[in-house]
Amino acid sequence: MALSDASSWLHALLYISPYSFSALGIALSIGVSVLGASWGIYITGSSLIGAAIKAPRITSKNLISVIFCEAVAIYGVIVAIILQTKLESVKSSQQHFPESMRAGYALFASGIIVGFANLVCGLCVGIIGSSCALSDAQNSTLFVKILVIEIFGSALGLFGVIVGIIMSAQASWPSAHI
Amino acid sequence: MYGFEAMTFNVHGGFLEAICRGYRAGLLTTADYNNLSQCETLDDIKLSLTGTDYASYLANVPSPLQTSAIVEKCTDKLVDEYNFMLSQVSEPLSTFLEYLTYGHMIDNVVLIVTGTLHERDVHELLEKCHPLGMFDSIATLAVAQNMRELYRLVLVDTPLAPYFSECLTSEDLDDMNIEIMRNTLYKAYLEDFYQFCKSIGGATAELMSDLLTFEADWRAVNITVNSVGTELTRDDRRKLYSEFGLLYPYGHEELAATEDFDGVRAVIEKYPPYQAVFAKLSFGESQMLDKAFFEEQVKRLTLVFEQQFHYAVFYAYFKLREQEIRNLMWIAECVAQNQKTRVHDGIVMTF
Repeated sequence: MALSDASSWLHALLYISPYSFSALGIALSIGVSVLGASWGIYITGSSLIGAAIKAPRITSKNLISVIFCEAVAIYGVIVAIILQTKLESVKSSQQHFPESMRAGYALFASGIIVGFANLVCGLCVGIIGSSCALSDAQNSTLFVKILVIEIFGSALGLFGVIVGIIMSAQASWPSAHI
Repeated sequence: MYGFEAMTFNVHGGFLEAICRGYRAGLLTTADYNNLSQCETLDDIKLSLTGTDYASYLANVPSPLQTSAIVEKCTDKLVDEYNFMLSQVSEPLSTFLEYLTYGHMIDNVVLIVTGTLHERDVHELLEKCHPLGMFDSIATLAVAQNMRELYRLVLVDTPLAPYFSECLTSEDLDDMNIEIMRNTLYKAYLEDFYQFCKSIGGATAELMSDLLTFEADWRAVNITVNSVGTELTRDDRRKLYSEFGLLYPYGHEELAATEDFDGVRAVIEKYPPYQAVFAKLSFGESQMLDKAFFEEQVKRLTLVFEQQFHYAVFYAYFKLREQEIRNLMWIAECVAQNQKTRVHDGIVMTF
């Protein structure tokens, strides 16, 4: 390897342990997903409560918006659990082999993908849910139509989960027999 | 950041915006107004209104009803809604809601000062004041003899204090000066409100600047129309126009130079947004100007509700509610005086 020719920054970057990258990926997948879900829930919830004062009939139907936001957090939890099962220990001599680095980076990327996809998905569903509650309070025929928009919005989180799981599936640490 | 208010607006303003939109759903519609215009007596009006949001407020009004009682109860509802919102609000919406009352404060101040000039009793005047514009020490206004005293005794402690710097003179108060004072105060208030909304930024700044621009231009037209033929000089008239708006500055110069209603029409027709107002009036007719402007204002206010996550809905709701109270007052007066054919001349339908 031509590491000796590389700059000291590149050296520092390449010597970060793949365990740190993996752990960070797992943290991001759950942490940032929950951030997105909670952001969406408060946006929807505050409008829903205010609108329900004048139009109490909207409360039960519009909880669907809150459930869509909550689903985003569940995606994050699922992927975090999957990622942590992929994290294995390797011998210290093998720690900086290319396969270990690859596995570390794969788990990190998977975490970022899932985390940020769920962040924007939660935001999107939350904002639409808020408008949905306010429109439903004025005119109840609008609810189902706006729900379709929310369904499209929540599909974004699913895309992130799918790609994240595919990324993590190919994270294979070097086995001890090599 | 403009365009991304949806991400953070609901932290402080979501609940109240939803409540405001709930109130808006309770505004009277065309069907309600048609029912009301077919009432024969004031008791019929009370009966029709029990089907709307006013039910709990009108339930205990004793017969025989008077038009002033109906209007007073409707205003009470407005004040209750305002206080309900004001008690739960945080900055900057709290300052925004307070700005909505300053116009009424100015009207109340002028009412009391004019009434005192004409030797009316203070308590009678206090009862006629608009409740949204009350402040402590308002009764002391009756004591002031000229503007400096007015300022020093009473107004320096109120939120209107900064608007007074332009109209402090040592002249005694008479009808002309009081009208000039009212317009100068209102001009300063509108400019201050405009700057405040701009400082909030985002959708609030854009929508409110449109609404306040319309109001400033409307006032400029009103001042011009009301002052043709009076002793108000061109320069004085020019000083009463606000420093913003579509008509600023070139329209204002032309308006200051006009001498009659058709001159005003000629100036305003150069501004496309206001052509719709003057298109409804034929030449020389100035009585329907107010109604045409009210209709234009109501149209713009209802459009404000199309957008979410801004404060202009509060401004729009309170203005629409005031328009509704004016409509109810007109209908009640028409019914009480047996002039039902004239009902539709004076009311502006909201939706």
